[in-house]
Amino acid sequence: MPYNPALVAPMREEMTHMGARELTTSAEVDAAIGDQKGTMLVFVNSVCGCAAGNARPALRLALQHGSRPQQVVTVFAGQDVDATARARQYFADYQPSSPSIALLRDGEVVHFVHRHQIEGRSPQSVAADLTAAFDRHFAAAV
Amino acid sequence: MSGHVFHPGHQELHGVTVVLETHGARTYVGRFDSQDERGVHMHDVGVHDAAAAASKEEFLRRCDKFGIRPEHRDLLVPADDVASITRLVDALR
Repeated sequence: MPYNPALVAPMREEMTHMGARELTTSAEVDAAIGDQKGTMLVFVNSVCGCAAGNARPALRLALQHGSRPQQVVTVFAGQDVDATARARQYFADYQPSSPSIALLRDGEVVHFVHRHQIEGRSPQSVAADLTAAFDRHFAAAV
Repeated sequence: MSGHVFHPGHQELHGVTVVLETHGARTYVGRFDSQDERGVHMHDVGVHDAAAAASKEEFLRRCDKFGIRPEHRDLLVPADDVASITRLVDALR
């Protein structure tokens, strides 16, 4: 059952304020990720305080880095259920977890951050891992 | 309860992905919910059996890279069967 929209509104705004584009329907997901060219970060948002509470600030920090994805999109697990399920089909080799982060290049997953790799870590620590991944996979594309 | 509790009112490991070693052949990986006199309550739990072709270390590395393939949405591991509980990220070090 989706969460109360009022509860998740600040979590959505945190993402859009850092420049992420929300995908709330399967059609929006297909339009954004299907036949995707260039580099993209897909953030699977979550209400979970254990991990998402650190993941969003971590992403905001990481996106200030020199090399970064050309596009940042987000779906909200437990809220935009169809969009999230559709997005996960694009990284089906990876088991669903939320929050999680997929880095794509020309539609192929080049890096994936699972929930368990975020839990209990500081935003700075998670951001450091993300920026290292940006440098490794996206530097040439910027 | 010591440490950084992210969910007020919950135990320290609540919501954290852990490796639960049993006194038997099975190892469980999943999200810790709580622990009480009955045992450890977990969610979205993957299972490794010592008789499996892949070693426990391989199983854990695969969980780390590709995520946990849940065999149990909810699981109670009886208290008598619990040998140890470790965060997955720590078990991989």
